Amino acid sequence: MQRVGVFVCWCGSNIAATVDVEKVAEVLAKEPGVVFSTNYQYMCSQAGQEMIQESIAKYNLTGVVICSCSPRMHENTFRKTCEKAGLNPYMVEIANIREQCSWIHKDKETATEKAVILGRAAIAKVHLNAPLTSGTSPVKKRALVIGGGIAGIQTALDIADAGFDVDIVEKEPTIGGKMTQIDKTFPTLDCAACILTPKMVDAAQNEKIHIYSYSEVSSVKGFVGNFKVTIKKKARYVDETKCTGCGLCTEKCPQKKVPNAFNLGLDNRRAIYIPFAQAVPKVATIDADYCTMLKSGKCGVCSKVCTAGAIDYTQKDAFIEQEYGAIVVATGFNPIKLDQYDEFAYSQSPDVVTSLEFERLMNAAGPTGGTLLRPSDGQHPHTIVFVQCVGSRCDDSKGKPYCSKICCMYTAKHAMLCREKYPDTDVYVFYIDVRTPGKNFDEFYRRAVEEYGVHYVKGMVGKVVPENGKLKVQASDLIGNQQLHIDADMVVLAAAIEPDKSARPLATMLTASMDTNDFFTEAHPKLRPVESPTAGIFLSGACQGPKDIPETVAQASAAAAKVIGLLNKDHLVCNPCTAQPDELMCNGCSSCEKVCPYGAITYVDKEFRGPNRTTLLRRVAQVNPAVCQGCGACTVACPSGAMDLKGFSNKQIMAEVDAICR
Amino acid sequence: MTYSYFPGCTLKTKGKDLDIWGRASAEALGFTLEELPDWQCCGAVYPMAKDEIATRLSSVRALMAAGEKGQDLVTLCSACHHVIKRVNNDLRTDETIRDKVARYLKLETPYAGETNVRHYLEVLRDKIGFDVLKEKVVNPLTGRKIGAYYGCMLLRPASEMGFDDPENPTILEDFIRAIGAEPVIYARRNECCGGYCTIKDKGFATKQVDAIMENARNCGAEELITACPLCLYNLKENATDGLPVAYFTELLAEALGVKEAAK
Repeated sequence: MQRVGVFVCWCGSNIAATVDVEKVAEVLAKEPGVVFSTNYQYMCSQAGQEMIQESIAKYNLTGVVICSCSPRMHENTFRKTCEKAGLNPYMVEIANIREQCSWIHKDKETATEKAVILGRAAIAKVHLNAPLTSGTSPVKKRALVIGGGIAGIQTALDIADAGFDVDIVEKEPTIGGKMTQIDKTFPTLDCAACILTPKMVDAAQNEKIHIYSYSEVSSVKGFVGNFKVTIKKKARYVDETKCTGCGLCTEKCPQKKVPNAFNLGLDNRRAIYIPFAQAVPKVATIDADYCTMLKSGKCGVCSKVCTAGAIDYTQKDAFIEQEYGAIVVATGFNPIKLDQYDEFAYSQSPDVVTSLEFERLMNAAGPTGGTLLRPSDGQHPHTIVFVQCVGSRCDDSKGKPYCSKICCMYTAKHAMLCREKYPDTDVYVFYIDVRTPGKNFDEFYRRAVEEYGVHYVKGMVGKVVPENGKLKVQASDLIGNQQLHIDADMVVLAAAIEPDKSARPLATMLTASMDTNDFFTEAHPKLRPVESPTAGIFLSGACQGPKDIPETVAQASAAAAKVIGLLNKDHLVCNPCTAQPDELMCNGCSSCEKVCPYGAITYVDKEFRGPNRTTLLRRVAQVNPAVCQGCGACTVACPSGAMDLKGFSNKQIMAEVDAICR
Repeated sequence: MTYSYFPGCTLKTKGKDLDIWGRASAEALGFTLEELPDWQCCGAVYPMAKDEIATRLSSVRALMAAGEKGQDLVTLCSACHHVIKRVNNDLRTDETIRDKVARYLKLETPYAGETNVRHYLEVLRDKIGFDVLKEKVVNPLTGRKIGAYYGCMLLRPASEMGFDDPENPTILEDFIRAIGAEPVIYARRNECCGGYCTIKDKGFATKQVDAIMENARNCGAEELITACPLCLYNLKENATDGLPVAYFTELLAEALGVKEAAK
C-alpha cells in the first residue's frame, strides 16, 4: 500500500468558488492509503510547492495526488517538485478539478461531489503507479527544411547561423517561393525582390546550407533526433554542376508556346527555362510536358547551343537518403482556384484577374514590364474594381471558412499603387470588413482612402458581365443602401489562400496533424505555436495558417530557435510512458503494428522456453521506446491484452473507473 | 427506356411546344415519356416554410406514382422540376416532413425520396449522352449562334438541384454543340428574367430582360433557347427589342428531323 498525500488547490477562486475545497480534502483524507490531506490557495506557487516537499519528507509519502488544474498546465511543475523531494516524478497524479469540474459546473454541491470522485480516481491510480525512468536517444545534428520560400529560407539561415547543417528541399526549380512573384511589400512599399534575393543568395552561398531544388520528400522514417528521409531529385535534364545559367538555351528553344507559370500564364516561355533572372540555383530546367526532344526525340537545339554541355536528355529522377535530427515544414500556400466563382466572370474575360496575377502585371519584371495594361487588348485601364474575400469567410462549401488575412493589406497596396502610378484611374475596393491589424497597417489602409482617394465600398460584387470591352460590375453599397453599376476596365479578385497541395501527403508521411482546412496544427495554439504535436517536426510560415511576410519571417526564426535548441542536445530524454508488450501474452497478430501512427512497433522472432525443456520460436511485438509517443492506440487494438502503456496500464485505468463508479 | 413523365399545367396550355417537341424527340432518341395518369399541380412554388406540408403533397403523389412503376420521374418545365426535386430532397433528408407527409397521405411505409427526379436535359446528358445525340442529328443547325438562357430554377440552390455549376453552367452549351450549332457564352445567362414580378411590375421584368438580351446580342448570340416557360414568357413579352427565343426542345426536334411530323 502506498502512503499517499492529497493536495487540493483553490486556484484562487477558480476552483474554490465552485468547489468546497476543504470538504474535498476532508473526504479524501479517509480514502485508503491516504496519510495526509490538505488544501491551499495556490498549490503551484513557491509556498505551495514547498509545502508538498515538506509533507513528502514528514509523512514519508510514496505517492502524491494533486487536485488542481489540467495536467497539461502543471503536471510537469509538480513532477519536478516531487522529484526534488526524492520521489519518482511518475508517482504524482493530477485530478483535474478545474477545467473538468469547477469551470464547467455552477452548482457548488454537485461540483464538490464530482471533485471528490475525481480525487478518488487519482488516488486509486496512484496506488498502482510504479516509478518510471526516462531513457535517452542520440540526436543527429542536421536539419531538413521542406519548402524554400521566405519561411524556409529564413529558418535555414538561422539554423545554419547557429552552426548546424541544413538542407532545403524545394519542389520548384528555384527557391524564393511566392515572394519572388510579388512586386512591392506592405506597409513600407519596398520592393520584394530587393529584400528577398539577397537572402536567396545568402542561402545558396552558406556552407552549412544545401539546396535540393526541383526535389520532393518521398519518404520519412524514424523519430525525433533520428529521422531518415528520402529526397527525390526530379530529373531536370540539365546537369546542375555544368550549367552556368547563361540562358542561351532559353532563347534558342523553338518551343515558344509554354504558359509561363512564374507569370501565372499571362505570357509564354520556352520548354527549357530559368523561372526568372535571380533564380537560385540559376540553372535551366526542361519542361518534359512540352519538350519536343523528350516527347518525340526530334530537336536537340538546347543541347547544340549549350557551350557547357550541360543538357542531358537521359537524366532520371535521383533518390538521396539523408538523416536529420529535426524537420521543419515550410510548404506555404496558394491562391484557390476560382472555378466556382464565375459570377465574377474569371473564366470569361482575361481582364478579370486574381491579385497575384495583378501583382505580375504591376511588376517591372512581369509580362508587361511593369506598365499596367489590360491583358485583353493591352490598353491602359481607367476604372479598376477590386473585390475582397473571394472565397474567404464563406459559409458555404465552395469557399473557405477562414479569413485569408493578407488580402485587405495587399488590396490596399494595389489600390494605392494604381492611384500613385496612374492618377487618372478610378479605383474601387469592395469589402465585407477591412481587417488591418498590425504595425503600421491601419495607417496604411487609411492612407489609401484619405490620401490616394481610393473608393472603399462596404458591400459585395454580385455579378461581373463582360460586354463590349467593358466589365459591367453590379454591386451593393451597404452604407449608401443602393445598388451600384460600374463599367470597369479591370476586375481584380482577392482569392482566398489555401495550404499547398503537397502539404496533405507530407503530413501523412510526417504523422503530423492537420486541421480541416489542411493547415498544420501546432502543439499548442498559444504556447507552442511553431511545433507540431509530433516530436521533432516544426512549422514555419503559411503552412500553419495564413500569414503575411513579417509574421512568416518571425515564425520562421522561432521555428529555427526550436530546432537549434533540439540540435544542441547530444541526447534526448524520452517519455517513459511508452507501450510495453507482455511477450508471453503476445500472439504476433500485428494488430498493434497496424494502428501505431509512429511506426514504433516491430516484430521479432524470439525463443521461448516450452514445456519439457523445449524451445519455441515465437513472433512477438517490440516497441522502440524512443519512437513511441505513448498514445495508447496499440493497447486498445491488442486482442490478447498483451500491450500495456507504462503509467497508464489497463489495470490503472480500470482502478480509476472502479473508483468513479464506487 | 421508359420514364414516368410529369408535364405540368403550363405544358398543356401556353407551353405546348416544350411538351410536344420534347416527346417527339424522345421517341427519336429511343426513350419514351409515359405521362403519369392522374398528375396534379406540382405545387407551383416550392414552399420555403418548413411546416408547410399540404403544398408538398401533390409532388409527393407524382413521385410515388413513378416509384410504384419503378421508373425515374422526368420533367421538362423547369419550375415543376425545381419544386418536385426539392420536395423529393425534403423527404429524403427531413424526418419531420417525411412523417407528416406519411400521416397526411395515410401511408403505411413513409415515402423517403426513393424516386429519382431527372430533368429532360439531364436525361440527355447522363442517360443518352451528348455524343450519342450528336450522332442522331440529321439536320445539324450549322452556323447558328445560340445563346443558352438558364434562368434560376434549374440551377439553384445548387446543393439541392445538383444540376450544374450555378455560376458557370455548361449543360445547355453542350446541348447546343451536340445539335450542331455554336453556343454563345454570355455572363447574364443565369441572371433573373424577372420571374413572377412581371405580374406586379412589368417595368422590372423589362429591365432584367433587356439587360440579358443586350448582353447576349453583344456577345454574338442570334437567338436564345430556354427550358423554362416563365423565362420564355418574360424574354418574349417583356423585351424592348429581343432576340428570337425558343424552347430547347424545338431546336432538338428540328435537328433530329421530327419537328414537322410532331406538329
